[in-house]
Amino acid sequence: MRISEWRNLLDEVGCYEAVSRLLERIEKSELNAYITICKKEALELAKEFDKGNLKGILAGIPVAVKDNITTKGIRTTCASKMLKNYVPVFDAHVVERLKAEGAIIIGKTNMDEFGMGTTTETSYFGVVKNPYDLSRVAGGSSGGSAAVLAASEAVLALGSDTGGSIRCPASFCGVYGLKPTYGLVSRYGLIPYANSLEQIGPMANSIEDLATLLEVIAGKDERDSTNSGRSFVFREEKIRKIGLIKNMTAEDDVMDKVYEALSRFNYEELELPSLKYALASYYIIAMSEASSNLARYDGVRYGHYSQLSSWIDYCSRVRAEGFGEEVKRRIMLGSYALSAGYYGKYYLKALKARTLIIEEFKKAFSKFDVLVAPTMPTLPFKIGEIKDPLTMYKMDVNTVPINLAGLPALNAPIGFVKGLPVGLQIIGNYFEESKILSFAKMIKEVS
Amino acid sequence: MVSIEDVYHVSRLARLFITEEEAEKFRKEFEEILSYFDVLDEIPGDVKPTFHVLEISNVLRNDEAKKGLEQSEALMNAPRKEEGYFVGPKVVE
Repeated sequence: MRISEWRNLLDEVGCYEAVSRLLERIEKSELNAYITICKKEALELAKEFDKGNLKGILAGIPVAVKDNITTKGIRTTCASKMLKNYVPVFDAHVVERLKAEGAIIIGKTNMDEFGMGTTTETSYFGVVKNPYDLSRVAGGSSGGSAAVLAASEAVLALGSDTGGSIRCPASFCGVYGLKPTYGLVSRYGLIPYANSLEQIGPMANSIEDLATLLEVIAGKDERDSTNSGRSFVFREEKIRKIGLIKNMTAEDDVMDKVYEALSRFNYEELELPSLKYALASYYIIAMSEASSNLARYDGVRYGHYSQLSSWIDYCSRVRAEGFGEEVKRRIMLGSYALSAGYYGKYYLKALKARTLIIEEFKKAFSKFDVLVAPTMPTLPFKIGEIKDPLTMYKMDVNTVPINLAGLPALNAPIGFVKGLPVGLQIIGNYFEESKILSFAKMIKEVS
Repeated sequence: MVSIEDVYHVSRLARLFITEEEAEKFRKEFEEILSYFDVLDEIPGDVKPTFHVLEISNVLRNDEAKKGLEQSEALMNAPRKEEGYFVGPKVVE
């Protein structure tokens, strides 16, 4: 459902009735896409809208928020046992912006624990099912945010993307999802996993809706020291030079769909040789930052707690009980990569790979307006199908280079294979989100 | 090669108890994952590392006092509290 369709419904039945119907739909859902449903708060705001008291660009629009984005007074769990009862005492910057524009937060969406996963299978609250085939994964880590859009259980959604966590589920669920340029959207209130890689981003069922949401959440915030201070306004631009990245590939039936979507355009193929380092570089950096970030969970100030004993014993037990397997794996590998004697072998080399990848992208953007590639190397797979961690990590091969470089990239749905959605990844130069969205519109118009 | 001692060493660094079963599982997985990371060994040594993707210099603001969280708010999620303090495990034996 799009904003325009929702507004028609508001005109027809009023906000209270529209939100009541939406909540009913969510309560009957089999997707497991929400961790917390904000029923009372949403209905109260709907009443205010009907009285004419709710104003703004998103007035009366139901928005789903990923459960690693803090919401004052509303439980925020990161899909972890560690935070299953955590109630933030402040709003994230993006949540302040949503509220200032009259949006109705309808619920907090399911995800991989702390964003660590590609399928939402690592969630303490259970897996999110793909709306197109309930036996398949919705993608991750923002799986809940993508699934609720595809299933008309929200009109807009926020996700976060550390290595593909917006684009992967957007691809698997057939919706639009953008990872903005690093520094465009404030990370204040995003519970951290890997600070140098992650961004909060908009997800929607149309390009216009996505642009509107990005306009609301982008902008200056001095509480995030990496915030660029820039705002965003969508201006359509002519896209002339399109590059297909040859060494970002996918299985044959996905590639066929990509070629079909590009068939009406002139494009050139190019290769970025250093992408072969991207996956290793990404995982070393993400795990290292995670091991440092998640050191805060000590069972004293908030989160899961246990019977008191000595300091080290207590912390080690609280963390063993509160974290799931994938989170433990990443904390431990990160600690290993940063430990004495290994810093030079892993972390420093990963940062060098990052330099090479950035240089190649910069060179490519001196020639091309946008670069394209398949978002995911496969169609959505079966729940439980991939058990080996390294095989799962390799699913992120096309999405992680973007985070390493800090570039913006969109998943644009381009059709179906065997009834399952396929997505095209459109990559832009720094702060050129308008070019990405312009090309997505061109593709939509010819399809 | 990753030994079982390496795995226990890292679990102590990370303040994370692991079971014997977990240790053996992680050992095998870490060996596979770490050997995959060896692809980075071919990167020339003279490449400069990237610590920050955007060239933003330190963003400074005026040094003005602002209202922070109330004590009660800061303590709201604490599992144990006493007279306005967090209660934690004993540090000194």
